[in-house]
Amino acid sequence: MFSSPTREMWPAPLRPVAALGRLSLEVVESLGRFGLFFMQAVGYTVTPPFKLGRLIDRINFIGFRSLTIVVLTGAFTGMVLGLQIFLTLSRFGSEAYLGPAVALSLIRELGPVLCAVFVTGLAGSALTAEIGIMKITEQIDALQVMALNPMRYLVVPALVAGLIAFPLMVSIFDVVGIFGGYLVGVELLGLSPGTYFGEMKTFVDWSDLMTGYWKALSFGLIVPWVCTYKGFHCGHGAEGVARATTQAVVLSSVLILVWDYFLGSVLP
Amino acid sequence: MIRVQGLHKRFGPQPVLRGLDLDIATGEIMVIIGRSGGGKSVLLKHLIGLLRPDAGHVFVDATEITRLRGRELDRVRERYGVVFQGGALFDSMSVFDNVAFPLREKSRLGAAEIRGRVDEKLDQVGLAGMGHKNPAEISGGMRKRVAIARALVTEPEIVFFDEPTTGLDPILVNTIHHLIVELHRKFHFTAVMVSHEIPEIFEIADRVAVLHDGVIAEVGPPDAVRASTNPVVQHFIRGEVEAVPAEPRR
Repeated sequence: MFSSPTREMWPAPLRPVAALGRLSLEVVESLGRFGLFFMQAVGYTVTPPFKLGRLIDRINFIGFRSLTIVVLTGAFTGMVLGLQIFLTLSRFGSEAYLGPAVALSLIRELGPVLCAVFVTGLAGSALTAEIGIMKITEQIDALQVMALNPMRYLVVPALVAGLIAFPLMVSIFDVVGIFGGYLVGVELLGLSPGTYFGEMKTFVDWSDLMTGYWKALSFGLIVPWVCTYKGFHCGHGAEGVARATTQAVVLSSVLILVWDYFLGSVLP
Repeated sequence: MIRVQGLHKRFGPQPVLRGLDLDIATGEIMVIIGRSGGGKSVLLKHLIGLLRPDAGHVFVDATEITRLRGRELDRVRERYGVVFQGGALFDSMSVFDNVAFPLREKSRLGAAEIRGRVDEKLDQVGLAGMGHKNPAEISGGMRKRVAIARALVTEPEIVFFDEPTTGLDPILVNTIHHLIVELHRKFHFTAVMVSHEIPEIFEIADRVAVLHDGVIAEVGPPDAVRASTNPVVQHFIRGEVEAVPAEPRR
């Protein structure tokens, strides 16, 4: 049986090169595992049996339980935007454009990104911890020996729930944020409501909405994918679960920002 | 019948199983004993298809299971019931739902029939009326009994017990052992149990296998194993510290 040379077998000057090689192989291997995990999940998503009960449970877990934080952060994001953009625009006498500026910022960028980051912190971390604990307490093994596929039971419903819940949550975030901007701009700073919504109607078009929804859909896939993967591949004990949860939140957040930039540059 | 032939498994540089052979007859209670970290749970995981060996074979009747995947492996597993060391009960479900889970997922039984089967199993393990509780609300001994009820609810032909009495007091150990024997008499399944409980397991086993250093050092009826002249077996049975150190567990 083949076994790779151990650290001691390399001459001293070559050891850093060997270490770099090992690290590269590990990175490529984990990227491969990450990709295969996703492809497997997609395969199970489109083939029966479908777990409808689990899907509804996951929509509740990812979407409904995150509603409070989505509404709260959406409102304050809109209010902060309303205040800061109003103060900036008033320097140029262009306060009339507050409505479209708030709406475009929220719909194209901040709505999908902030919503995804907050839901990652709330539901994504819980998803990783739940699956990680199931792994270390042999609950995933129990599913397997009952001849049930853990991917079908734990991963697929989370992925589909993400695809359904994220666009809905982003919509709520956007609407609440726009009303937050309205509260500050119109009710506190005296802009006319007709100007706020009228200019918004003029400048925000369907492609802006679609940009936001494409981002929401892709984040709805990225967050459950990363979080379930990290749960499935967590280390031993409480420390392993804690590390996996942290990695899931950090990796999801980074991927959200990277993918946001990529989509922002290719979508109209 | 389960036949293990020349099973080898290593984790990294560490060999755990080194060409292990073992036959388990249909309908018997086979108890596998050995030092902690000696590879008992690793062997069990090979028998239930959770690990693949580096070399060797596991036959369940005529089917070689180590190379099976997907539905083929599931078909073999449908004959199994497994009681995990910690119970492996689903935290998010009640005791009743835990026991009902395999029936809901794998059988075509109606709700009333499932309720009847689950109530009957809970009654057989002495937990009648406890179905509404969550696993977190019940004691360790009760959790083991729920795990046994869940493993038996599909009426499997082969039941694996991974240290079913670990962490329990001596009275509960005896209670669980008697429960297993009683259920075995009633349902005639093949029982494969990994255990540390010496001398208690000599009272319930049909045969005992002593795992040491990655191979079966001794196998036979309890009296024969107790009378074995193999020093490793004697050291282990008497709990003497001179026994050769076992490999660390994975």
